[in-house]
Amino acid sequence: MGASWDDVREGMEIPTLEKNCNTQQLVHWAAGSGDFYQIHYDHNFAEATGLPNIIVHGALKHAFLGQLLHDWVGNEGRIKRVGCSYRGMDFPDEDIHCKGVVTRKYEENGEKLVDLEIWTENPEGTRTSPGSATVQLP
Amino acid sequence: MSDETQESLITDEMRASIGRESEPTTLEVDKTSVRMFARSVGYTDPVYYDEAAAQAAGYRSLPAPPGYLGTPVFNPNRRSARPQGMLEPSRPLKRVLNGGTDVEYLTDICAGDILTSVSAVSSIEERKGRLGEMLITTTKTTYTNQDGEVVAIMTGTGIRY
Repeated sequence: MGASWDDVREGMEIPTLEKNCNTQQLVHWAAGSGDFYQIHYDHNFAEATGLPNIIVHGALKHAFLGQLLHDWVGNEGRIKRVGCSYRGMDFPDEDIHCKGVVTRKYEENGEKLVDLEIWTENPEGTRTSPGSATVQLP
Repeated sequence: MSDETQESLITDEMRASIGRESEPTTLEVDKTSVRMFARSVGYTDPVYYDEAAAQAAGYRSLPAPPGYLGTPVFNPNRRSARPQGMLEPSRPLKRVLNGGTDVEYLTDICAGDILTSVSAVSSIEERKGRLGEMLITTTKTTYTNQDGEVVAIMTGTGIRY
């Protein structure tokens, strides 16, 4: 069961989704998303471009934020919009905390909607992918 | 060399490309790719893997998880894999970063759907930043399903430096 609109309050946090990608997951994502840029799985290649390590795909963090919302709204709710910027790098085998806070609860065109601030956070507490979303709830 | 006297990174050809729609691309949403995508994100919800679970939850078939539409359709015979936003600037820039992704979902997208996408560059800006000279290109892609309904609009930001 997903969240119910009546139970939502502005300012409330939604349950955190915890991620920590190993390199195998990055290879899964390369195949699942069709993004085969080598900085995401070839350490030597990543270093040669000046990066300290392999980095997690930005779009994977966007997809993690999508899962954060899906896990919260369930299949009776719908995700209407998900957006984020890629501001900082995340690395394999490091925690990525995916979080959200309700910023607005309202009705529009007969739909019960909720706006959220969403982001991924690295182990130092830096928001590496800040963004926002809108979901519809039953 | 003074920065003020340098010519713009944005060429006339790039300026002229703003708003010009790409050739349409066809994207068949299928169960195998939905499962593979869901697995790569780490979903455990059976609606992304099992047809019966998806239908019991009210979907026509396996729904496409959020972010699925970013998957490019590979065509080895297409003249250029580069989108229009990737026209060469007046001075070469070596590196590319994905700046951000924003997707608006207007209705369900499920396995079996045949989507047509059309992209256009909506803006090109240049900036001096931490990384030096940067070009920021915003591209908007509209996805329409087999019934002619717009199902999603994706806005992507690309950074070259």
